[in-house]
Amino acid sequence: MMKNLNKTTKDNLITYGMVIAVYIIVEILLKAGMISSLLQGLLVPLCVYVVLAVSLNLVVGISGELSLGHAGFMCVGAFAGAFFSNSVKDVITMGGVRIFLALLIGAAAAAVFGLLIGIPVLRLRGDYLAIVTLAFGEIIKNVVNVFYVGIDGSGIHISMKDKVSMGLAADGDVIINGPQGITGTPKDSTFTIGILLILVTLFIVLNLINSRDGRAIRSIRDNRIAAESVGLNITKYKLMAFSVSASLAGAAGVLYAHNLASLQASKFSFNTSILVLVFVVLGGIGNIRGSIIAAVVLTLLPELLRALNDYRMLIYAIVLIAMMLFTSSPAGMAFRERFSLKRLRERTKEQKEEQ
Amino acid sequence: MKKLLSLSLAAVLAVSATACGNSDTAGTTGADNTDAPAAESGTEAAESGTEAEGAVFKIGAIGPTTGAASAYGTAVMNAAKIAVDEINEAGGINGYQVEFNPQDDEHDQEKSVNAYNTLKDWGMQLLLGTVTSAPCIAVEAEAQADNMFLLTPSGSAVDCISGDNAFRVCFADPDQGTASAQYIGENGLAEKVAVIYDSSDVYSSGIYDTFVAEAANQPFEVVASEAFTADSKTDFSVQLQKAKDSGADLVFLPFYYNEAALVFTQAAGMNFAPKWFGVDGMDGILSGVENFDSALAEGVMLLTPFSADAEDELTKNFVTKYGELYNGETPNQFAADAYDGIYIMKAALEKAGCTPDMSASDICDAMKTAMTEITVDGLTGSGMTWSAEGEPSKSPKAVVIDGGVYVGM
Repeated sequence: MMKNLNKTTKDNLITYGMVIAVYIIVEILLKAGMISSLLQGLLVPLCVYVVLAVSLNLVVGISGELSLGHAGFMCVGAFAGAFFSNSVKDVITMGGVRIFLALLIGAAAAAVFGLLIGIPVLRLRGDYLAIVTLAFGEIIKNVVNVFYVGIDGSGIHISMKDKVSMGLAADGDVIINGPQGITGTPKDSTFTIGILLILVTLFIVLNLINSRDGRAIRSIRDNRIAAESVGLNITKYKLMAFSVSASLAGAAGVLYAHNLASLQASKFSFNTSILVLVFVVLGGIGNIRGSIIAAVVLTLLPELLRALNDYRMLIYAIVLIAMMLFTSSPAGMAFRERFSLKRLRERTKEQKEEQ
Repeated sequence: MKKLLSLSLAAVLAVSATACGNSDTAGTTGADNTDAPAAESGTEAAESGTEAEGAVFKIGAIGPTTGAASAYGTAVMNAAKIAVDEINEAGGINGYQVEFNPQDDEHDQEKSVNAYNTLKDWGMQLLLGTVTSAPCIAVEAEAQADNMFLLTPSGSAVDCISGDNAFRVCFADPDQGTASAQYIGENGLAEKVAVIYDSSDVYSSGIYDTFVAEAANQPFEVVASEAFTADSKTDFSVQLQKAKDSGADLVFLPFYYNEAALVFTQAAGMNFAPKWFGVDGMDGILSGVENFDSALAEGVMLLTPFSADAEDELTKNFVTKYGELYNGETPNQFAADAYDGIYIMKAALEKAGCTPDMSASDICDAMKTAMTEITVDGLTGSGMTWSAEGEPSKSPKAVVIDGGVYVGM
């Protein structure tokens, strides 16, 4: 049956299968109690970074624009989702329902910001676009940093000065406390929800890539003038990729926010954006499966190297360089070509035929 | 695009590389203690007869030993190591040796929870940490779920000790703000007060909030409150000018000494000389800042639980030892809090009669009661006691800098 499928579909099925296989293996190991607490704690963050890497790959790899503001959208999603969950903590007590709604809200909020930012920004190209997205990411972070939002009997109070000037009643709850962010978000994120989110992300991204719109987006990446000459609306297609990517990053942010009891805007600085970009670049620009693997490996690595104490940072950096050389330098590519499994198989087949 | 890409990647590498600059700090995992014979046969251990060969108390610690906040984490780890070594030399806790394992969290919530899980895998029974507030809130949620005893030396945000398993050594932020406002009001230090604070910092804005709230009940007026953020903490001329224009006769500075040094220098440059009032983060102003003319800090008042210049035996001993072991550095209040923290754990463990063969959860249950029963004399206060909520009860000492030293007020 596999033979009848075309190459892309087969490739996509392998990606889905890989995620599901990992999920089943991890669940079995969890049941058997064979996973250390460290790894258990890392399961949800791994899902977060995989979703982030896949969604950023849509912008960087497929639409060919360098975005350095991905953490900003994650921030919007995280705060929108966590704000929702904290407000309805006492009303909706079922964690699954609550995080489902929070994910929708976070994704929608991030998509709106993606659109708003995308409309002016996507008219720029190349380095200019990168710098402006970087700036927008920082703006989002700093704006969230000055917001004080509280709820009491008479409704929602918002201040941009300090906690006192909100004029909250005595029984009110401060939900977003300026730079101190949101604390006490219910811990609704689970590994299962994370994996589901990865699958949904993959479904959206892979389908978009292989659709008519996806082909348009890729043609703009490959030759803008040619694409324009056949009548493609450049801004529209770029905006599509950008806002879908932003909304998925927002969903990842919601997952992140519901995994930790304290959430602060300072986490979403450009360092986080660059970290995700590193996943995308090392996994292969435009290669979705590569992004997943790179996100998992590079998130696990610094934690597994904890035994080396402060040297782990150094080793992490060296591994990054080594991986980059191996995957992207001409010598590394030639090496892989010579020792790849496919080549080996072909060679043995040839030898057999000769005999 | 490629160029920018490689540039940004190079920046990441540079950041990761600098982050590991201080590799010679609290890197020892206390592994050297494992081989030591478990206690010089402590009496209690002999009586109970349950002592397994090599049984040790496993105390984990979490704090930033790399990254931007590494100064605080490193101080805590260094001081805790000193306390653990002292305890082990003196025969351990209840006759058992103590193994100490510091883990880095880079001042990041996520990394902090990872560090916590790493320590759990190691078999941690008690947690000293975390050092900074935001990660502490995240870790406390995990520790509460596991019923793990948590004692934070310096996590001052209210939510750091939200569960009944958590206690702290330092003052809570609100207490400092309230205490400062009361002190200024009751002693009639000023009529018009200006506040400059770091709105991006939990510690600083936490103190600011309660200071302003309490100021409403005091006989002085807050005439200006000017904020700065972590991104703009080198130039204070705007804030100082506004404070000067508002006619303030006292300026309240609830932040750390590094920024305070800049404030004093810039204020001197614009001939603005009000009374200065700081909080415990100001400790270190005299010795912690390079190229700072400490004459500028003359007359500064601050509330602090610890002063490295104190004359009592305990402080002198600690300061000398710390200097000997760590390149002649003077310990700050973080170090003092951590040193006390280990001894507080010791006192509570002894009170509860815990042994290393108990599970972390059992120890935590025993400690919850024991913590409210002990009284500890330490570097950061004498006769410290704890409420069941985990707040310490000790009085802040108000000192004024006079002739380059702290003088009690």
